[in-house]
Amino acid sequence: MKDVTIIGGGVIGCAIARELTRYRLDVLLVESEVEVGFGTSKSNSGIIHGGHHTEPGTLKGELAWAGNQRWVRLAQELGFGFRRNGDLTVAFDESDVEVLERIALQGRERDIPGVEIWGPERIRLEEPNLNQDIIAAVDGPTAGVVNPYEACFALIECAVANGLELRVNAPVTAIEQGADGLLVHAGGDEIPTRFVINAAGVHAEKVARMVGLLEPSIRGRKGEEYLLDKRLAGIVQRTIFPCPTPNSKGILVIPTFDGTIMVGPTAQAVEDLDDVTTTAVGAASTFDLARRLVPGISERDCIAEFAGVRAVAADNDFVIGPTSVAGFFNAAGIQSPGLTAAPAIAELLVTMLGDAGLDLSPRPEFRRTMPRPVHAASISIGELTELAERDRDFARVVCRCELVTEAEIHDAIRRGARTLDGLKFRTRAGMGRCQGGFCTPRCMQLLAADADGGMSDITKRGDGSWLVLDRGDLRGEEVPA
Amino acid sequence: MMSITNLQDQYDVVVVGAGPGGMAAALAALRTGVDSVLMVDREVEPGGILNQCIHNGFGLHHFGEELTGPEYAQRFLTDLLDHHIDIATDCYVLDVTPDRLVTLMSPSVGVRQVLAGAVVLAMGARERTRGAIRIPGRRPSGVMTAGLAQKFVNQMGLLPGRRAVILGSGDIGLIMARRMTLEGVEVPGVFEIMPHANGLTRNIVQCLHDFDIPLHLSTTVVEIHGRDRVEKVTVAPVDERLQPDLSRARTIKCDTLLASIGLIPENELSQKLGLRIDPTTAGPVVSSTMETSRDGVFAAGNVVHIHDLVDFVSQEALLAGENAARYVTGRRPPADNIKLNAGTNVASVVPHTISSDREHTVYLRVRHPLEKSWLRLGEVYEKRLRYVVPAEMVSLKVRPRFLEHFHGDSLTIDIVPRDEPGREEM
Ligand SMILES: Cc1cc2nc3c(=O)[nH]c(=O)nc-3n(C[C@H](O)[C@H](O)[C@H](O)COP(=O)(O)OP(=O)(O)OC[C@H]3O[C@@H](n4cnc5c(N)ncnc54)[C@H](O)[C@@H]3O)c2cc1C
Ligand SMILES: Cc1cc2nc3c(=O)[nH]c(=O)nc-3n(C[C@H](O)[C@H](O)[C@H](O)COP(=O)(O)OP(=O)(O)OC[C@H]3O[C@@H](n4cnc5c(N)ncnc54)[C@H](O)[C@@H]3O)c2cc1C
Repeated sequence: MKDVTIIGGGVIGCAIARELTRYRLDVLLVESEVEVGFGTSKSNSGIIHGGHHTEPGTLKGELAWAGNQRWVRLAQELGFGFRRNGDLTVAFDESDVEVLERIALQGRERDIPGVEIWGPERIRLEEPNLNQDIIAAVDGPTAGVVNPYEACFALIECAVANGLELRVNAPVTAIEQGADGLLVHAGGDEIPTRFVINAAGVHAEKVARMVGLLEPSIRGRKGEEYLLDKRLAGIVQRTIFPCPTPNSKGILVIPTFDGTIMVGPTAQAVEDLDDVTTTAVGAASTFDLARRLVPGISERDCIAEFAGVRAVAADNDFVIGPTSVAGFFNAAGIQSPGLTAAPAIAELLVTMLGDAGLDLSPRPEFRRTMPRPVHAASISIGELTELAERDRDFARVVCRCELVTEAEIHDAIRRGARTLDGLKFRTRAGMGRCQGGFCTPRCMQLLAADADGGMSDITKRGDGSWLVLDRGDLRGEEVPA
Repeated sequence: MMSITNLQDQYDVVVVGAGPGGMAAALAALRTGVDSVLMVDREVEPGGILNQCIHNGFGLHHFGEELTGPEYAQRFLTDLLDHHIDIATDCYVLDVTPDRLVTLMSPSVGVRQVLAGAVVLAMGARERTRGAIRIPGRRPSGVMTAGLAQKFVNQMGLLPGRRAVILGSGDIGLIMARRMTLEGVEVPGVFEIMPHANGLTRNIVQCLHDFDIPLHLSTTVVEIHGRDRVEKVTVAPVDERLQPDLSRARTIKCDTLLASIGLIPENELSQKLGLRIDPTTAGPVVSSTMETSRDGVFAAGNVVHIHDLVDFVSQEALLAGENAARYVTGRRPPADNIKLNAGTNVASVVPHTISSDREHTVYLRVRHPLEKSWLRLGEVYEKRLRYVVPAEMVSLKVRPRFLEHFHGDSLTIDIVPRDEPGREEM
């Protein structure tokens, strides 16, 4: 019998998993996709919010600032990309300035260091490429950016190194309630478990219904994001927020950890919780609004786009904790700033499980650090030369746009990459301006060699996302309907 | 092809890229009499994009016969191997400094730096991707550039799918429409947003018409559908402002969408070098000797501007290689004294400057197709052109005698309809 089964390997499930492996427990994480982090957790803005934006009196607000403070250490321990670049929330007129004052006050009330209002001169000095009509801004130096998928991979890798059992391609289809716990049906297996944590993102309502709960009810709110060419790197240093309206944080200009500029996210209610389509309307409004903040931004520089769906619970706040079903806990409705809050959410849940009787005896052998993956692109030529002396695969370039070497691809496969997207999100191979036009065949060959399979067995991200066919496959087969 | 394992620390000329551009440049440098040339390519075999172009249609101008891509490349390689040259393949050029210190890396030599007397940049081009034109919808597998599909089919014996819609009428897409049809892949159509095709006329005829593959002009893909793999695409006609008319949209079942929407010069290294870039070609600004804005750094081929025919790549690169060698040996020709400007209906002009003392070949691209037109070089020269299209380069020989009585320092080139009377008829 498992002590805890976590349903869903987004950043929330992964963070909980790592937190639980600090204790002498038998923990399982089941994920329906082929790799962790392939849900909303890879399709977001990647901002670790400063903590001053979220309204007081909400769980979101509390946990965002608590979470923010944990990212520096987490990134050090686990070696994923994180940088405290700060944010600026800007005002175009006096009514905006009033809102900024409220935001700054929120920051002071939470004792967030450094939150202050800047006038035009300071703004021009620090961020010369912003719209010259901006009259004031709140500086939030605690905000940061992270590569969210890297965080998921690193968290799960660390958890697995500490004894977590991970099952991918294992969608949970039913949960039975028994006398001494719950029975989780996942990917064809039946898993008896004492506690279940529902961290199924947009599908948390569906999972809750499996044990007969009517709550939480989850609605989807889609956000589209557009990535721009590295040419624009440095156009802003901080994440730029427009003055928020009661309904939305608005369209942001985000300098990602990797130095690309991203603009987004839109906010649109969607019926289909898996609706990750981008739209012409979304693109047009995103670029219009982003250009208002930073006039140098243009559609022409777009190299990729994507969308993610926020899981919005009925009262617009996080839903965390025990339910009327014994042993069934929610970590649901984790909309923005859920990424920011993830480490704090994980700690909170573990405390709650302890309160519910889970024995939290520490495991002294808990390993908190993971070796940082080497990225050829972010080391000096001297360091690269040395590495290549020891391992010639560091001198073989696979992805030229992002300078990814074959040694990094091998390492990512060793760390669990099984798909082209898994490689891409771990190494950046295929993420640059040519979007995989050059490195795709080599990446596929290396994945195939590792799996002792053929090229036609390799997928983009599991399931039916095949990439190529063998010549023989054409004969006698129907075109898919 | 054995890649060199013993690099010298210094070369007279280092050529980056071993496509037709790089090979011709290396050959010309050797023939002009330098001692040491290093040609570097990140691929395992020299030949560049030609290695995946197994169709014929190469070399009519340069060799006077029709060759396949690999045959064309082999001719240059054979000539090169008659000389003493170092060729480093599977070798990536990471950086070139303004002092011409070239950093390269390969499994056979590790990470190394070599000093070059002159550098020729011949990195070719990469394909524009779906992201660059922002097609709404999902991001399933099965959306790829036509060039990647070409590599799968021609070099790896794999197929991109069972039924492939082609977006854009660039040459690679046209060639792939035929190739895939021959392989048994269905091609329901080629969709081009512009009112005219973007590929060579002969490819439209030989690759589409001959195989009954419809070409839909002024039509584009407005949405991609499918969760894991492409399931269908929505196409719609566009108006004069290229805005789709969604009321006339229809969907087409397919499992693959190939994008053939243009090439972009591969100018990472040029940017690191701080070269002046021409926004209309997206390649470096070059003089009549193919020298860039940095001393001793030359460029040729698709990295300078996208060519329609490989023959012109070779011609331009021979010039670049010869002048790189002249630079090293101190035998440079007189500097340019006339700047060329793109005027009416001219999208781009290469080279950007010429000199009045010798003959030059100038390459132009038009913006809009014209049946009959005048090409005018300032006030000094005009000639009749028949049928110009954006997909095909226009070349103009500028001879010293045109410039005998010209004393200005810049000339504008216009290509205008011929119903307008010519100057001699005015
Ligand atoms: C556009 C956008 C921008 C955002 N920007 C930010 C930001 O800048 N900063 C910030 O802090 N937050 C941001 N967020 C919010 C943040 O992304 C989310 O709060 C966070 O990713 C939620 O993580 P999760 O683990 O709950 O969900 P997910 O990542 O969706 O994980 C849920 C997992 O459960 C799996 N699953 C579902 N059903 C089952 C089942 N039946 N069986 C097994 N597995 C199942 C899914 O496959 C998925 O992997 C943004 C969100 C969006 C959409
Ligand atoms: C599908 C297709 C069909 C075509 N059909 C015809 C035709 O029928 N007739 C015709 O005349 N022309 C045709 N062409 C055009 C012709 O192939 C190109 O014009 C020509 O190949 C361009 O030559 P290039 O040397 O400039 O570039 P490329 O051939 O692209 O060579 C550039 C080389 O540089 C290397 N390189 C780039 N960066 C680096 C780096 N940093 N380090 C090391 N190496 C690097 C690349 O790997 C590549 O090998 C066709 C092209 C295509 C793609």
